[in-house]
Amino acid sequence: MRPQRPARAVVLSVVLCACGVQSAPDNLADSGAPGASITGMILVSAAASLTDAFAEVEAAFEAAHPGVDVVLNLGGSGSLRTQILEGAPVDVFASADMADTEKAARDGLVSGEPRIFAGNSLQVAVPKGNPGGVEGLEAFADPSLRLGLCAQGVPCGDLARTVLARAGVVPSLDTEEPDVRALLTKIELGELDAGITYLTDVASAGGSVWGLDIPADLNVMAAYPIAVLAHAPNPRGADAFVRFILSDEGRSILSRFGFTRS
Amino acid sequence: MAGLALFALPLAGLLARTPWTRLPALLSGEVVGDALRVSAVSSVAAAVVSLVLGVPLAWILARVAFPGRALVRGIVTLPLVLPPVVGGAALLFALGRRGLVGAPLEAATGLVLPFSLWGVIVANTFVAMPFLVVTVEGALHAQDRRYEDAAASLGARRWTVLRRVTLPMIAPSLVSGLVLSWARAFGEFGATITFAGNLQGRTQTLPLAVFVALERDRDTAVVISLVMVLVSLLVLVALRNRWWRAP
Amino acid sequence: MRGLDATLQLRRSEFRLDARLSVPAGRTAALVGPNGAGKSTVVAALAGLLPLDAGHIELGGEVLDDPSVGVLVPAEARRVGVVFQDYLLFPHLTVLENVAFGPRSRGLGGAEARTRADRWIRRLELGGLEGRYPRDLSGGQAQRVALARALATEPGLLLLDEPLGALDVRTRSVVRRVLAEHLAEFEGPRLLITHDPTEAFHLADEIHVLEGGRVTQAGTADEIRLRPRTEYAAELGGTTLVRGTAREGAVDTGGHVLHIADHGIEGPVLVTLRPTSISVHRARPEGSFRNIWRTRVVRLEQHGHRVRFLTGAPLPVTVEVTAEARVELALTLETEIWVALKATEIGVQPDTSPEESKP
Repeated sequence: MRPQRPARAVVLSVVLCACGVQSAPDNLADSGAPGASITGMILVSAAASLTDAFAEVEAAFEAAHPGVDVVLNLGGSGSLRTQILEGAPVDVFASADMADTEKAARDGLVSGEPRIFAGNSLQVAVPKGNPGGVEGLEAFADPSLRLGLCAQGVPCGDLARTVLARAGVVPSLDTEEPDVRALLTKIELGELDAGITYLTDVASAGGSVWGLDIPADLNVMAAYPIAVLAHAPNPRGADAFVRFILSDEGRSILSRFGFTRS
Repeated sequence: MAGLALFALPLAGLLARTPWTRLPALLSGEVVGDALRVSAVSSVAAAVVSLVLGVPLAWILARVAFPGRALVRGIVTLPLVLPPVVGGAALLFALGRRGLVGAPLEAATGLVLPFSLWGVIVANTFVAMPFLVVTVEGALHAQDRRYEDAAASLGARRWTVLRRVTLPMIAPSLVSGLVLSWARAFGEFGATITFAGNLQGRTQTLPLAVFVALERDRDTAVVISLVMVLVSLLVLVALRNRWWRAP
Repeated sequence: MRGLDATLQLRRSEFRLDARLSVPAGRTAALVGPNGAGKSTVVAALAGLLPLDAGHIELGGEVLDDPSVGVLVPAEARRVGVVFQDYLLFPHLTVLENVAFGPRSRGLGGAEARTRADRWIRRLELGGLEGRYPRDLSGGQAQRVALARALATEPGLLLLDEPLGALDVRTRSVVRRVLAEHLAEFEGPRLLITHDPTEAFHLADEIHVLEGGRVTQAGTADEIRLRPRTEYAAELGGTTLVRGTAREGAVDTGGHVLHIADHGIEGPVLVTLRPTSISVHRARPEGSFRNIWRTRVVRLEQHGHRVRFLTGAPLPVTVEVTAEARVELALTLETEIWVALKATEIGVQPDTSPEESKP
């Protein structure tokens, strides 16, 4: 499926932070049956790394619920949270890290408990053909290479820094991109020799980006929480969308894009 | 009045959110200082480059009839219409490491524009220069060309006419073109982040710092925005009173 | 010769210029014509701003433009000093810098150019205004600065394009006298372009009448006044021009017959009637008048002490009387009058103008 350098073993270490978030109970996930009277627009703010997967989720959900229009608002998790805090009429918040969702919950913006619906791990992404000859995480200390990460405060940026810290690598960076898609684009174009992105992003780039696995003992697991918002204009629709994500159908779509089940 | 409110309200919103007690600490932070320096250098450089390259272009567009002039004029003003992100991407394709010109450039000189201050200046100039060209071309069109005839009859060659008559007579438009292009460069975001990336102290301008800070610390974002508003107001008010002719 | 000799032929869309001009050194020629006659085209061609299609321009023996031999001296290399309409002083330069502009452009160093500019500023009595900007000058001063600027290049030809046009009527006569004095400072040929006959008659030694791109008459001021060859030329001299056919001392002007003194002239003639030679009466006058007819006043204008009016059928003529005479005769519009004219007061010349130039 996705091009891999064969050298590295694919071992994911699942490092879930213990933050009082429960995995979704199965009974909830199974009850993804179409609601009787769900209509109108559902505004879903989702992390940029969910772009491709959620596009398909949207199509499947709308097929199951005629009369419903799911609108995706994609961006960095932090900006999405700021928009919600400033009163954007959002129904569902699907973030790429717990921190933003927890902050939102502390501000009383979330209705009920956030649920983790997917996991993701990190990979070293290099342009097709690996022109920089990048071998692994140590390359990020090489000042002669063009290197980029997501900015601090962005989940993919914070996770990447955790990984580099564990590997004992002090990065020599050329850019800190505002979101993972921007980082991926610059790798795809060959402007950067390497960056650290989600495994799902490497997968979504087709053959134009190659992924190098990060040793399991260094890698971190990103957890994607989803929540219905307290001021959701369409609470019934929001609830149905969350149920759909947690359903088998939703999860199978996500896994096709490289997300792990949580 | 409604028009004024449209401009004034966001400013009021910004002031309402300003963390006044943390202000001194945030202002003296490294991020703000670095971004201010990068912004100052790159926006002034872009305005100067726009002037140096834009004036001859405006002169040719205004004074030389050649086939395809309308097309050239369209290309020059394209960045006014284009979303800056598209401009930044186009710059990558042309001047990036694998770009049409960028690849030979790196091979010949070792210079790589993306992720460097030069890249920021190129991106800023790309979006800012049309403002100068349009302003100066308009002034050249409006100018009474008989003054140039008078200069020629006094023995002045083309270059002397341009240097001693044409340009001094449109000086107010040169200055307003310069200020407009500076202002555009100072506020530039999309083309810069797409083409030059974002690294504190090297390519992170004030708008980029605001955007990144929004993800992490809203107070810092508000403070940087405030700095931008103040610098812009200062420059625009000072120059507008002195140079801009009433329409 | 040291003067200007030019045959200007060029075409600009619908307009065609075909004019011969000759001005000796030290003389002032006026080129007079109505709007659209081609005056600005003449200026542009002589100054080198517009190339000729045919003909030639020769100044002081040097050919400036001659398409037949492929010579075209560009504007900046011609020694033609131009005082432009509205003067076109450079607004961003002081009086001194304006006057020094020509010498500097022609290669003089800064100090040398300023010295020369200073000399012309003093010659044209502009001392004390060196540091002023054009916007702070009166109309008359601006005109002298423009003249100084043109003369400071030491040109071989001085072109003045409507030099009084930008001034108001009151200052015009004063500035005109000053200009007449200063024109004498220049030794080469001077060409004055104007639509104002007063300006032409006062400043010029000879007058070229330009109509529809052609010189229809050239001569001294008196020749134009006494023997105008076109209606426009007659208007310039304030006379009435009538075309007719002469036979045995009578000219048939198409209905009305004028008696003239010259019995020898035959065929097509141009008849000139001077406004002051026609007398006006309320009753049929007695005396030796050979021409007496009855008519009405159809237009009336008073210029200070003089009153000019136009009569109606059978022969429209312009008549001039004093303001006192007007009161005495009680002249108003539609007043019935008798006009009388001696045969010896009528100017007659053969009409040799080609058919095409007749209106």
